[in-house]
Amino acid sequence: MPAFWHWFIVAGTVVFVIWCVWLIQWAGKQGPQNVADDEVVGHRWDGDLEEWNNPAPKWWLYLYFITIIWAVGYMIAYPGLGNFDGLLGWSQEGQYEQEMQYAAERYEPIYERFAGMPFAELSQQADALKLGESLYASYCTTCHGSDARGAAGYPNLTDDDWLWGNTEADITATIRHGRNGVMPVLAPALGGDAGIDNMVAYVRSLSGLSPADADAMSAKPMFVALCSACHTAEGTGNKLFGAPNLTDDIWLYGSSEAMIRSTITEGRSGIMPAHGELLGDNRSKILAAYIASLSKNQ
Amino acid sequence: MNTAATYNDKVVRQFTIMVVVWGIVGMLVGVFIAAQLIWPALNFDLPFLSYARLRPLHTNAVIFAFGGSALIGTSYYVVQRTCHVRLAFQKLAAFTFWGWMAVIVLAAITLPLGITQSKEYAELEWPIDLLIAVVWVAYAIVFFGTIVKRRVKHIYVANWFYGAFIITIAVLHIFNNLAVPVTLTKSYTIYTGVVDAMVQWWYGHNAVGFFLTAGFLGMMYYFVPKQAGRPVYSYRLSVVHFWSLIAVYMWAGPHHLHYTSLPDWAQTLGMVFSIVLLAPSWGGMINGIMTLSGAWHKLRSDPILKFMIVSLSFYGMSTFEGPMMSIKTVNALSHYTDWTIGHVHSGALGWVAMMTIGTLYCLIPRLYNREGMYSTKLIDVHFWTSTIGVVLYAVALWVAGITQGLMWRAVNEDGTLTYSFVESLKATYPYYGLRLVGGLLFFSGMIIMAYNVWKTISDRKPVPVAVLDPA
Repeated sequence: MPAFWHWFIVAGTVVFVIWCVWLIQWAGKQGPQNVADDEVVGHRWDGDLEEWNNPAPKWWLYLYFITIIWAVGYMIAYPGLGNFDGLLGWSQEGQYEQEMQYAAERYEPIYERFAGMPFAELSQQADALKLGESLYASYCTTCHGSDARGAAGYPNLTDDDWLWGNTEADITATIRHGRNGVMPVLAPALGGDAGIDNMVAYVRSLSGLSPADADAMSAKPMFVALCSACHTAEGTGNKLFGAPNLTDDIWLYGSSEAMIRSTITEGRSGIMPAHGELLGDNRSKILAAYIASLSKNQ
Repeated sequence: MNTAATYNDKVVRQFTIMVVVWGIVGMLVGVFIAAQLIWPALNFDLPFLSYARLRPLHTNAVIFAFGGSALIGTSYYVVQRTCHVRLAFQKLAAFTFWGWMAVIVLAAITLPLGITQSKEYAELEWPIDLLIAVVWVAYAIVFFGTIVKRRVKHIYVANWFYGAFIITIAVLHIFNNLAVPVTLTKSYTIYTGVVDAMVQWWYGHNAVGFFLTAGFLGMMYYFVPKQAGRPVYSYRLSVVHFWSLIAVYMWAGPHHLHYTSLPDWAQTLGMVFSIVLLAPSWGGMINGIMTLSGAWHKLRSDPILKFMIVSLSFYGMSTFEGPMMSIKTVNALSHYTDWTIGHVHSGALGWVAMMTIGTLYCLIPRLYNREGMYSTKLIDVHFWTSTIGVVLYAVALWVAGITQGLMWRAVNEDGTLTYSFVESLKATYPYYGLRLVGGLLFFSGMIIMAYNVWKTISDRKPVPVAVLDPA
């Protein structure tokens, strides 16, 4: 902080503290000297409004003074007066680092002991799964739900369908680096409402939701041209892009005509945030093993 | 009768009636969104009924429509009585009424439409902000114009507080709302990052300090001694606590930003001055309660005084609670929980609304040439519904807030959180229910009041009141 602002803050603070102290001593000096019980100040408004000449209560002045003493002491001990760091050397960054260090020393060994354990073993080891469950409850429930069954736009983690794969490498990468599953807006290439309707019908026909009639089949060439790059020509999806399999009965955003239509006309952007820095290697791996175990329980 | 020799009570009556109307509207919205927290389906999937849009409507309606009308209306009444002159600039005074009502109506339209600056308690967009600034300057001219032409030497203590409130709100409003307009309904604030946050909470906390505290202390300093028929307890206490309060309140804003990217020094200053604020705040409570002391027997027969004493008690309680919550260690538990909402409501319902209601019951008969309200019994019923309502409300959210704070910080032996967020939400539901009951009670009290006010004024023709000569 530039010297000017430092002294500006110090001066402002000191002036206001002195102001409060001066008011207290002014009130004290006016003292309780022989004020008659019903002595009024002598002003009168609106017929009957008057003021007694009572002193300010002593206990109140003491209370006021004590808070000021405390305030001054606090500003000597803690950073408050501009650039002055305070005698205790406390800072919120320092407190944060101290707490993080304490947490690392205390909690890291708990996770450390699973560091060398193979993934397959980890996803069956009871203690590790218990830790994984706690990690899941802390970090994942907001989107994937307490029961890990997801919600519209948030994948169900308990089924056998994996958008980005379920190997150790896949799941840890998802947790550590996050994912962004993008469905581009493709409606303009479909040639108007009829084209979109046909494409919706074709996509639904892939999983048998609607009949593969002539209208639906008329969109097939367009599907192969536009959609197959991600979803494959058969519509079975591609884990490299997180492109969903369209031939099963699992639907990330919903299977109704309206939902599929809005996926095509508005696109989708499903974001899994990166947790690598937050969790570190050991926790990420244990959590990944727990996630992997969820579908095995089915 | 020569109008210059009478008080301008027309504008006071207009504001006073609208206090009741906006109180009912604002509290109804509050009750509705309290119910939405329990049953989210009550937004009926309509954007303008969603919680995020109705919540600012509720806060703006109760603070600025209900509280603002009460402050402007009573200040016009008080300043005339205590200066022994008719209000200055009659047309300007009429403009402040219609201008303020226009602001409120525009708020009621734009906020549900989602037009907002996203600054808490300063949501309204720039064209409305400009209108507020113009109305507020007009209000200041009327108020201080009346002070200037007063026929008594000393300015009565109520006017100090009203005056400080008017000046400070003008400064706060203008600086917090400095923005670059892009369209009629969209602007960008000129501040960035943490400076924006600091300016916002400098504004936000002083809105509490000067709008909801200093302004209503002005109201208290006239109507409590009037209703009790006794002199203000201590002139010297008024002097010390007034000059302390307005000096110290200005510093308290940063306590809203503990443990954020706001520099440590600013957080510290915000916190220590919040603690120093305890005694200056209590000065008003002491002066009010000690003024009533000696008139305790009147509490048996006068429910208006009951409103006032309970209001002062809640004032003392929340101005103790506030400094405590500003201590970093306490704030680490209370911040972002419903405790904060409980604290605000023990101030807003317990202090602000109770004082306003007591004042209105004292004021309305005088404005309509009557001895008293239509029914004293109904005032008593209103007193008990609102008192029970606000106690339920505050207690429910204390328990809810502390529960949330403790659940959020609970950690397992492996360092993970003991509770997921949704578990803390589930734990809060019973208290949301209790809070809804409290809010409903308080709201129904306002309905009782509306009936009582209607019966009091419907068959009355107001009579101009002659300006009293100074003693």
